[in-house]
Amino acid sequence: MSNIGSYDERVRNFNWEISEKEIGYKPGDVINIGWYCTDRICELGQAGKTALIWEGHTGAEKTYTYNDIRLATNTIGAFLRGLGLEPGERVCLFLDRIPELYLGFLGILKIGAIAQPLFSAFGDEALFVRLSNAETSTVITQKKHAPKVRKILGRLPHLKHIVIVDHDGVSPLRDREVAFSLEKSTPVEHLDIHPTTAESPSVLHYTSGTTGLPKGVQHVHYSLISQYLTAKWVLDLRDDDVYWCTADPGWVTGTSYGIIAPFALGVTQCVLDAGFSAEAWYKWIEKRRVTMWYSAPTAIRSLMKAGDGLVAKFDLSRLRHLASVGEPLNSEAVVWSRKVFGKPFYDTYWQTETGCIVISNYPGMEVRPGSMGKPFPGITGTVLDPVKNEPYTTHGKIGLVALKFDWPSRMRTYWNNPEAFEKKFRAGWYITGDRSKLDAEGYFWFAGRDDDIINTAGHLVSPFEVESALLEHPAVAESAVVSKPDPINLEVVKAFVTLKPGFTPSQDLDLEIMNFIRKKLSPLAMPQEIEFVPSLPKTRSGKIMRRILHAKEWGEEIGDVSTLEDD
Amino acid sequence: MAEELKKVVLDYVTKEYLEDDSEPITYDTPLISGGIVDSFSMVSLKRFLENRYQIQIPDDQATPEAFDSVNKIVKLVEEFVAKKK
Repeated sequence: MSNIGSYDERVRNFNWEISEKEIGYKPGDVINIGWYCTDRICELGQAGKTALIWEGHTGAEKTYTYNDIRLATNTIGAFLRGLGLEPGERVCLFLDRIPELYLGFLGILKIGAIAQPLFSAFGDEALFVRLSNAETSTVITQKKHAPKVRKILGRLPHLKHIVIVDHDGVSPLRDREVAFSLEKSTPVEHLDIHPTTAESPSVLHYTSGTTGLPKGVQHVHYSLISQYLTAKWVLDLRDDDVYWCTADPGWVTGTSYGIIAPFALGVTQCVLDAGFSAEAWYKWIEKRRVTMWYSAPTAIRSLMKAGDGLVAKFDLSRLRHLASVGEPLNSEAVVWSRKVFGKPFYDTYWQTETGCIVISNYPGMEVRPGSMGKPFPGITGTVLDPVKNEPYTTHGKIGLVALKFDWPSRMRTYWNNPEAFEKKFRAGWYITGDRSKLDAEGYFWFAGRDDDIINTAGHLVSPFEVESALLEHPAVAESAVVSKPDPINLEVVKAFVTLKPGFTPSQDLDLEIMNFIRKKLSPLAMPQEIEFVPSLPKTRSGKIMRRILHAKEWGEEIGDVSTLEDD
Repeated sequence: MAEELKKVVLDYVTKEYLEDDSEPITYDTPLISGGIVDSFSMVSLKRFLENRYQIQIPDDQATPEAFDSVNKIVKLVEEFVAKKK
């Protein structure tokens, strides 16, 4: 029997108080995610239970009990407080998937500061816009990533501290840098947890927008209520599970379901800090006896590509439940997983802004391969007519995925950008930016994005951000960035580029521009194809018509071109 | 050719994918599984090899395993250079 039991019955009798009661929270109480994920589990008699099993790419291993993570998060919190950090200050975690990332996240929350995790592969410009927008006061990083912070330090007047967690003690620390070693610090037995309440800010995740700079999605400590219950009912996490969430905490899945939910449930989770390889992943599942695996379609398609024969070489019999997130899970992947693992991947749908799973397939409910599933109990979702801004009254029509914005882990605003937040709503509905249709039984079927955002391997990339960075390359005169279909990553970035006088297209220039974007923004944002063109399609008012280029890439109808300028 | 090729690839990976004060890599340092080159960055590394040696490496052979060290990359490139001849 799954944790959720009957989906229909849960929908009929749902109230978020179910979650509040389970974790012992009453409205008005202090609620601090850092405490709930560590101290509370110890108080429940689970101090000696394994909380985190970590393995690095060199084979180094570390194991932490719940008491260990309680002490470690206290120690990090006390260190940051000792630097003079105040509640509400933004603290960026710019780290690989090392233990300090997971423990630092909770330590920051314990002192009432706001955790701002950023993907460690970000280039210096991507890092700058996010730190600058958040007016981040402290960055926690490793010596290998510190040079990127140093490059932009002069432009970040709010940045007071750069904490290096693996300083060798030999090379000199530079401007604003301070060394901290979790292993060498004396564990702090008691830390005064900051008395955050339901609406106290907790986490700031940056997400890409169609226009403008990335937006900081601000969450609050009360998000725990829906993260806890969705992990219990959708991921079906249980006391004796060994859980593996493959997402990097630089992205929201890696924090909501890679830190907060599993620790709040007192589950044992494992983290592999290594690049992707099908063999290494299967070996990891076998070695750690993983029972619940939460991954992404890109990874699943890569595993499919590696072949069924490889699966048979490993004992994966402990796997009990599988789920996927980040982009639509194609029906072939569901069918394949049934064949090789004996169970399907359950697709889950949500966004940085929703903070938790909002539409999903559930254990015990029929999985329709290729479908997003149904709304989580207590969450109202619909498909909106984009013209009338009303839910369609008949099923099967493609419209906007819209939600009533009233569950605990919904974002509270975009940091320093309330205008962008307001624009996310129409007629009382939160507009996700995705399109889908509903079938007669209430299952949602994904149909694509409603904007130009590129979803590559489950990560959103803003064409605007890539185009802006391209213009900084000395050879680029103009650019237009669109998505291009990709069998593994769903979509990849493609750039159309016109060159300045004196530059001519060449293989070397193509590679130079690719690497320029990779280093400046991130590997995800790097165009995997650059097409040099003599001119870009524009409206008569001079606006680049991305949709024409997009339609060509996807083999779609170009549509109305009446506003296209004549060349 | 192997020795020169090894040096070219090692120098390129060092220049493009490592920060200035990173630990030096060897011909056997795990690049993909070691987190030095991710699957997206692998595309630019593949493009470099194809440009430099005027070869085409099909996507199904440009796997994380085949790109996991300088030595493995060299083996792959040599295969395609030989085919060209």
